Amino acid sequence: MPLPYLPNTEADRKAMLRDIGVDSVDELFRDIPEEFRNPEFSLPPALSELELKKEFGRMADSNASLDGYYACFLGAGSYRHFIPSVIDHIIGRSEFYTAYTPYQAEVSQGTLQSVYEYQSLISELTGMEVSNAGMYDGSTSTAEAALMACAITNRNKVAVVPGVNPTYREVLDTYCRGRSLPLVTVESDSGDLPADCACLIVQQPNFFGHFEPLESYVQKAHDAGTLVIAIVDPISLGMYKPPGEYGVDIVVGEGQPLGIPMSLGGPYLGLFACRKEYVRRMPGRIIGKTVDVDGNPGYVMTLVTREQYIRRERATSNICTSESLMALAAAVYLAALGKTGLRQVAELCYHKAHYAAAAIEKLKGYSLAFPQPFFKEFAVRCPIPPSRINEALLEDKIVGGLDISHMVDNAMLLCVTEVNTKQEIDSLVKRLGEF
Amino acid sequence: MKRHDLLPDISKPGRIGCTLPGLDVPPSELPPKDLLRQELDMPEVSEVDLVRYFTALSKLNYGVDSGFYPLGSCTMKYNPKWHEDVARLPGFTGLHPYQSEESIQGALELMHRLQEYLAEVTGMDATSLVPVAGAHGEMAGLLMVRAYHEDRGDSKRHKILLTDSSHGTNPASAAMCGMETGVVASDENGDLDLRSLDSMMDEEVAALTLTMPSTLGLFDPKIAEIAKLVHDRGGLLGGDGANLNALLGKAKFGDLGFDYVQLNLHKTFSTPHGGGGPGSGPVCARENLVDFMPTPLVAEDNGRYRLISPAKTIGRIATFYGNFSVMVKAYAYARSLGVEGLKRISEDAVLNANYLKEKLKEYYHLPYDRTCMHEVVFSGKKQKARGVSTLDIAKRLLDYGLHPPTVYFPLIVSEALMTEPTETESKETLDEYIAAMKEIARDAEENPEVLHSAPRNTPVRRLDDARAFRQLDLRWEMKGRND
Repeated sequence: MPLPYLPNTEADRKAMLRDIGVDSVDELFRDIPEEFRNPEFSLPPALSELELKKEFGRMADSNASLDGYYACFLGAGSYRHFIPSVIDHIIGRSEFYTAYTPYQAEVSQGTLQSVYEYQSLISELTGMEVSNAGMYDGSTSTAEAALMACAITNRNKVAVVPGVNPTYREVLDTYCRGRSLPLVTVESDSGDLPADCACLIVQQPNFFGHFEPLESYVQKAHDAGTLVIAIVDPISLGMYKPPGEYGVDIVVGEGQPLGIPMSLGGPYLGLFACRKEYVRRMPGRIIGKTVDVDGNPGYVMTLVTREQYIRRERATSNICTSESLMALAAAVYLAALGKTGLRQVAELCYHKAHYAAAAIEKLKGYSLAFPQPFFKEFAVRCPIPPSRINEALLEDKIVGGLDISHMVDNAMLLCVTEVNTKQEIDSLVKRLGEF
Repeated sequence: MKRHDLLPDISKPGRIGCTLPGLDVPPSELPPKDLLRQELDMPEVSEVDLVRYFTALSKLNYGVDSGFYPLGSCTMKYNPKWHEDVARLPGFTGLHPYQSEESIQGALELMHRLQEYLAEVTGMDATSLVPVAGAHGEMAGLLMVRAYHEDRGDSKRHKILLTDSSHGTNPASAAMCGMETGVVASDENGDLDLRSLDSMMDEEVAALTLTMPSTLGLFDPKIAEIAKLVHDRGGLLGGDGANLNALLGKAKFGDLGFDYVQLNLHKTFSTPHGGGGPGSGPVCARENLVDFMPTPLVAEDNGRYRLISPAKTIGRIATFYGNFSVMVKAYAYARSLGVEGLKRISEDAVLNANYLKEKLKEYYHLPYDRTCMHEVVFSGKKQKARGVSTLDIAKRLLDYGLHPPTVYFPLIVSEALMTEPTETESKETLDEYIAAMKEIARDAEENPEVLHSAPRNTPVRRLDDARAFRQLDLRWEMKGRND
């Protein structure tokens, strides 16, 4: 079957081979030793666009899509939020999605100016001075922030509080082991921090959905010369005090809630913002505003001497290709919702989650696992193992909360967002009451 | 809306870019005031203005759909449109990573098939799809190498050898894994210098990592000897698969002696580059490294798919399972090809590069005059002698509506122009590029000023990098502008 992506005809190929001065294309591969050349491949046969669309449609349809008829109460790091159509139409413009890293700034102003917008919006949202152009996802942003803190403080111990998402903790562990950095857990209510920590990592709201005493953490950490890294839910910042106002040094988080589909976990977006004094230690791309030779405003990649393609093994990170198109999606999301929409989404999550929590708490055998204030997620103790509840819920097209009974006895972590209707919440509560 | 407006300039109190539902439950008491934010200084923009603003921005960009984009080592091939459609099916985008495995069987099936496909193409035993970019895959590979040696009680091996033509991510990834790097020299043919390798390959070396073909676009015919030398001394051979496009259907990394290879699906498997991601950087490994791969892998038992963790895994390197929607596009591409299609890709990619080489070598210095693979590296040193830099050449290409090659890389070629046409370009497109490059070579001799002052036909002209660095302006501030 001829491929539509290969424009050269047999006549073109012949003419080109003649110009090169070889008889066959095989001759161009002669540097590959013969013993290794043209091995056997066992691969499925080529299919047409029509056939493959059916095949992909079959695979897609055999999944329980939460965009369809399912009510979803899962969160724990990936969130179902409303995504305005305008986002996909903008990121679907091929001038954006078929470009690469803006090495040639003169023909990349679309990407560059969009990233400048993204950096500005994230800085405003987090209350921080500067943001980079985005990282892979929330957990790798967290790990890179820890490495950055070690470089700034010249210390090598990384401290986390127990409320940090356990998956983030695992990624942090992998990155820290790579660099042989000790990773320690600091109990929330104990007095002082160990003296020699580079950073203290806190999640706000934490994995279980509730708020940590961030102010006192910052105080304790700064007294010990330790930087504070806060992992945030960007949606919460529509109504809650941003980490910048707590004196946090580096803010990271998962950018997926900002207009990016759940897509089984990727592509996502790592948020990364910090104080300006640390900008030269930041990983990832940073876009700056400047002027061209005619004095017109324009944008370029700046502080590039931090990056791997200039600094090689002394770079601040190895990151190159990141999640640029996802950062564009987040920028469009933040601009589309704007000042009032962001607050409205946050408040919708808040009120619906609290409505659900209050109703579940009244059910016999159920209780909230933690007394602290929460945002859109909360842990519930159940009368029977959550895995059994979830199986039954799925039959009614309800995807229940994450089973966290290995952390809290018989508990599930529920998440309620603006997408969940009162009817969905009421159905959930009704079904839960039947166990 | 003016050309240089930013979002705050088109913001006015009372505007919004989308609608939201009202509250359908009784409101709860708001949290304590000390937890709440006083101000939320964000722009307020109407949907129509938002669309016009970003549409205007998109027009300032150059992508593969705009024209020829021969950025070396980046494999800027055409991205088939229907891949975008299938990747956006709600049955793929609407999946939460923590849904029960029973409810995501189709997605896991796709991942499993892609794992198997990539293992077969590279001649490896298993694939992890978790790494989300090339550098992320490099890091995964190096952590696997380290774990492998430690598991054997061989704790001295803390060094990674790489070549002087390697990508900047290679040494940076080694540093991320706490490993030292040693640089093996290239010989006069642009291949790895065996004597240099011989002298460096000691019991502290964990692995040699090689890009094959190299960033010079050259396949090293001594690959078997290199692999043997490394393995005989207890090391492993790692592959940077950035240039897999040259080998598709022609050779397998496993046969060549590599223990693992990291791929870039956004290069070889035609998923769009997105202005700098999302990518996908799977790592494929031979049996000896499979137990150490990052978690999770997708396993199949009797037609049921599930996520598993390798026995001695290096652990988790990303929050979830990798860039799933990129995998959907890559698998769509893979299934369009068959074995014949796979070969046609590498053949046309290599043919196109050699055609450019032959047609331009008279005009630009060719540091290694031999058959190249999917890319050719010229040096602008002839032009440099006349005061015209490779940067000038690149900027002048923009005036022709063409994207320049990768410039000043690899580092071992002065004034490098690393040119990768890919297989999706026609002879006519190549001829257009060749004509432009010939004119530029002539202008370098006769009319250098036109090169120094290029570009002139672009949305902005040469930008002041030094000023951007000195007077850091990394954001706007909304404060006061919404009032």
